[in-house]
Parts: sequence; C-alpha cells; structure tokens
Amino acid sequence: MAQRPVAIGRRSGYVAAALILALLGVPLLAIFLRAGGGVLPGPSDWAALRFTLTQASLSAVFSVVLALPVARALARRRFPGRRLMVALTGAPFILPVVVAVMGLLAIFGARGLLNGVAAHFGLGPWRIYGLHGVVLAHVFFNMPLAVRMILQGWQAIPSERFRLAAQLDLPPRQVFRLLEWPMLRQVLPGAMAAIFAICLASFAVALILGGGPRATTVELAIYQAFLFDFDLGRAAVLALMQTSLVAVAAILALLVTRMDGSGTGLDRALPRWDSPGGWRRLADGAGLALAGVFLIGPLLAVAVAGLSGLGDLPSGLWPAIGNSVVVSLLSALSTVVVALALSAAMSRVVQGIGLLPLALSPLVLGTGYFLILNPVIAPGRLALPVTVLVNTLMALPFSLRVLAPAYLRVEADFGRLADTLALRGLSRLRWLLLPRLRAPLGFAAGLAGALSMGDLGVITLFGSEDRQTLPLLMYRLMGAYRSEAAASCGLILMGLSFGIFWLFDRGGGKSHA
Amino acid sequence: MLELKRLEIRQQSFRLSADFAVSAGRRVAVIGPSGAGKSTLLSVIAGFFAQTSGEVLWDGQLLDGVGPGKRPIAMLFQDGNLFPHLDIARNVGLGISPALRLSAQDRARVEDALARVGLGGMGARLPSALSGGQQSRAALARILVQNRPLLLLDEPFAALGPALRVEMLDLVSALVRETGATLLMVSHDPEDARRIAEEIILVDDGVAHPPEDAAAMLANPPEALRRYLG
Repeated sequence: MAQRPVAIGRRSGYVAAALILALLGVPLLAIFLRAGGGVLPGPSDWAALRFTLTQASLSAVFSVVLALPVARALARRRFPGRRLMVALTGAPFILPVVVAVMGLLAIFGARGLLNGVAAHFGLGPWRIYGLHGVVLAHVFFNMPLAVRMILQGWQAIPSERFRLAAQLDLPPRQVFRLLEWPMLRQVLPGAMAAIFAICLASFAVALILGGGPRATTVELAIYQAFLFDFDLGRAAVLALMQTSLVAVAAILALLVTRMDGSGTGLDRALPRWDSPGGWRRLADGAGLALAGVFLIGPLLAVAVAGLSGLGDLPSGLWPAIGNSVVVSLLSALSTVVVALALSAAMSRVVQGIGLLPLALSPLVLGTGYFLILNPVIAPGRLALPVTVLVNTLMALPFSLRVLAPAYLRVEADFGRLADTLALRGLSRLRWLLLPRLRAPLGFAAGLAGALSMGDLGVITLFGSEDRQTLPLLMYRLMGAYRSEAAASCGLILMGLSFGIFWLFDRGGGKSHA
Repeated sequence: MLELKRLEIRQQSFRLSADFAVSAGRRVAVIGPSGAGKSTLLSVIAGFFAQTSGEVLWDGQLLDGVGPGKRPIAMLFQDGNLFPHLDIARNVGLGISPALRLSAQDRARVEDALARVGLGGMGARLPSALSGGQQSRAALARILVQNRPLLLLDEPFAALGPALRVEMLDLVSALVRETGATLLMVSHDPEDARRIAEEIILVDDGVAHPPEDAAAMLANPPEALRRYLG
C-alpha cells in the first residue's frame, strides 16, 4: 500500500505533543501529591473562589455590553482612521498588564485625572482599589477583544444580504432583527465565555488593584499562600481549585468561540448601504470616540509620566531590561519552534494538546515547578529559565491558532508538488514551509515575544532582586510608591513590548490588523 | 514498462479497476467523462493515493510503499506546479536536488533546460512575473532536468488558450521523443489525443480500459467512447 508521505516529520509533532503533556502533567502531579496530604479549603479560600467568579462574570458582561456599540459602529461606518482604530483594539492583548494598570491608576486612581476634576466640584474622591477597580482593568483589556470578536461576526455576514436590505429599504430595526441579531446570538456567548475564562486566571490586575480578604482571586491567593505564609500545601490545594475552574471554563469557551485568533482582514472596509444617518450617526461617533479615549488615555498618561521620570532612572534597570529582552526572545523562539512542530503533525488531537495550556494558569504551573525544584535546588536560581518555560507554554495556544491553519493551507496548496520533488525534512522546511509561513511565523513570534516581555506572573514566585524582569522591577517600584521611576519603567516596557511585536511582525513581511 | 495488475481503487461510492500494461516510451492519452477517475488513476500511479488492492509496477519493480518523490515519475498538476516564492531557476533546480545544493554543472543544466523551453536568461524571475504560458514552460523545464522515465500530466495546460495549449503539447511531445520517457496524459479533448498520443486509455463506468491505438480508436470509436464524444 502506498502511504501518505511524511511531511517535515509528523514525528516531530508527536514528540512536541508528548513534551507539552509532560511539561503540564508533571507539575500538576506534583501539586496533586502535595495537596493530597494538605488541608481542605478554608473560608478565605472559598471567599477567593466567590470573588474570582464574581469579578469574571462582571468583567465579561461589561466588556461585551460596552463592546457592542463600538463593534457596530466600526462595522457600519467608514471614516479616516478606521484602520487605526481596528489596529488599536489589538493593542491591549500585547500591552503589559502592569503598564495598563499604572495608566488606569493615573486616570481613575485616588490622585488621578478624574478625581482631580471631581474635586473641583466637591465630589469624590473615588477609590479604584477593590472589585470595581479589578473589573475596570479587565474591561480595559477585554472590551477591545470583544470588539474584535463581534466585528468579525459582523464582517462574516455576506455583504449581499446588506445589499438586499438596502434594496428593500429595510429600516435599521429590521436590519438588526433579520441580519444582525442572528449573528450576535451566535457570537456573544462565545465572546462572554472567552473573556470569563481569561478573567478567571487574572493575577497581575488583582495583585495591584485587588488584595485583602474581599478582593483576592484564587490565582492571587496562591501567590499569597506562597510568599506570605510559605504554606505549600495550601498553595497546592488552591492550585487544584484554580485548575478545575479554569479548565472547565477554557473548554467551554473553546467550544462556543468561533474566532481563529489571527483577526486577519478585520480592517477590510466592506461596503454597506444601510448606514442610518441622524442621531444614530452621532451616537456611533460618540461611542467610537469614548472607546478611543478609554483605550488611549491610560497609555498616554503612562507615556507622559514616564517621560518626566526618564531623568531619574532606578538602579537595577539595565539588568532588568537585559533579563526581560533575553526571556522574551527565548520565549518567542521556543514558542514558534514548538508551535511549528505541533502544526507539522497536522492532527486535531496534537493541536488540541497544544491548546491545553489554556486550561492551566501561570501561577499553577509556577507552583508545580516550585514543588518539583524545591527539594533539588533553590528555585530562585532558576527564576529566568522557569519564566521562559511558563511563558512559552502560555503563548503556545495563541501562536498555534495562528500557525496551524496556515501550515495546513501550505500543505494543501503545495504538498503534492513538494512530494513529487522529494522535498522532505530540512529541504521542505527551508524551501517550502519557512518561506510560505513567514507572515504567520512573524506574527506568532511577535505575539509570544510581547506576551513574555510584559508578563508579571510566575516571576513573582521565583524572582529576586538579583533575578528580576522589567515588569517585576516596575511592580516593586510601584509598591515602594516610587511612581515616577515606575512610570519611566512603564514607558520603556511598553516600548519594548510593542517594539518586539512590531519587529517580528514586520520581519514576517505582512502586517495583521 | 508500467504495469497495473488487478488494480482496484475504492473511495466511498467511487470505484475504478484497471488491469493492463503500458509499453515503455509510449505516448498515451487518458480520456473519459469528468468524475470517471482519470485524475485518481494518475494519483495512484504517482503514489498520492493508495489503491484498495492490486499492484503498480515499473519495469517489474513494485512501487507500493515508495513515496511519490522516490518513484521514477515526474508529474504536472492542473495548477500549482511552481513554488511562487522561489525564482524560476530554483524551481527548476529542485528537480535536480531537493536541498537545492547545485554544482556549477547542475546550474548549467538548469540554464540549458530553460533555454530549451524558450526561457533562456529568465531564471531570476519569480513565477508571478511570467505569463501563464511561460509558467507552463518553466514547469516543463523542471520535468526536463528531473529526467524521469515516466511523465504524468493531469491537464496542466487546461487554463491556457487553444493556441497556447497546442504549443505546449507540441513541446511536451518533442521532449518525450527526445528523452524516450513514457507519457500518460489526462485529457478532455480528443483533439489533444489525436495530436500527440499513440494510444488511448478510456476511463468509463468504473473501468480503465487497456490502451488501444489512438488513430484507429478515434476513427472508429467503440460504444463507450462514442457516448463520451457525443
């Protein structure tokens, strides 16, 4: 029997999948063993669970509700700067969480812009810490994501239907009922589920804006059990709790979400003939303007504060920058290599294994690795390698969702030709796959690099003054109330994150909006 | 010599059987209604698709389990015969070395092949900078350097205009006469067959019939062929 020939080696895909399973499974096992002899969750743990669910639900609802008018306006209006606006909705994904939170503090914080204005009218001051601050930050990050998902739904409605609606002169209400509502009914649950799942694993936001018995997420509770109590048993119990929670939510979200993750083509301006005028036009404009200010304001605030602080750079900045750049580059490289290997298997099962990290949170993995390393070596000494490893795993699902479909397309288009020419192994990689996959490879590497650059997760468990990344340094400066120095770090960090994404994505030759 | 021994191909409700041999050096057209399985037959011979039972042999050697690139076969598909990201010289060079490690002598062979199909000096161009006819010529230049004893054409010129298609067929005909390769060519058009084929394999109603003399067959078509020709 003739067999379908092996492309660049399905075997490399199977090896990568086995590696992922081990890298996820072994720390989980370590947690299981540790938690087995541990305690049952206490009242404060249940409170953390309740808070996690509450904030994630509120964040999902607010993000999607606020995203609706923005997506609708982007879908039906054509205006200069629309492409930029669509590109802007992709920015929070690669924006370091610490930087965004600092920006939000500058606008909404106790000494922020809004409270300053309110004080003039004898109002306030409002405090940002606690549930509403956590939800606000989550909305900042996830409202744009919701806009992208909903906009994709809108763009997927065949434009012939809008043409027909225009021909029949249907009023906006009818267009909504007949064309838009059926789409929204499919897209909105997916958007909500995805954002809910993302917010469940929220750590850095809760670390800075939450805390205390009334605003602690499970993820944050793991950190506290570690650092404040050094109670590894309790950390393990919490990690189990968190894993079951995130895993279930992630699986649900994957099942109901229909986005491929690349968001390619969102900046296409499809023709619409039914854009209503009058007050609706004004409302669309106002919605877009508000969303723009909400997204850009905090970034501008960091930039302005950071510029004035550049004269007084904190000590330890350069080593931290060096660490962050190295960690980011290594994570980008390893993520892309693993994602490429997984794609080469061209199997749904293998791809599913590549998405598994979505079900685990960084601190859970961190806890697991800590438990494994602790008896052997001082875990702090491996702070940076462990950070690279966890960042790679965390970025993998996103990179894979960009790369795997592109890989399948290349094999479908050129696989037979390559087979007749006996292009195998490295030859196939060099002469077919790498050149044809340049754009998605660059995009995937950019995502992984930027995510890793801005990550403030597992490094908080392992890091020390000697081995810190830029986000960790920035967080410490904020904790020490050195806000000017923190802001200048924030500006540099923001530049590095966007810079590394831009470099890789440009290197790929084609930019995705 | 290409031998198909009690070959059975099944895929869901699709069925095709073949049991015949093609002598070395023959130019054979494969004719039949669309959906009859002409392309599938070529895919099985090329090793892209496994038969359900039976054997494919070349010069007495069993080809089962041999990868498409390892068979003594060069093939052109309906489209996608060139990598769009590689220039013409490299596209042709892949026919000599899959790793594209080319000696000076190899490079001279590539340049000769390009000149032979009328693309001399155009090696540095990307396929997108060539016309449809030139792209077909470039693919034929690669066939030339591949120098395989069996050439399979799955309607690679279908998208070209009639004059250009005739030109390409004449070029193919000249090339196989020169190299002595065996040619199996899927076609819709009996005119193509009349032009370059010595024999015709009729594929109809689940059977690929043994090759018969082209001129005789077209002059006095059997029932199945008459139904197809209309």
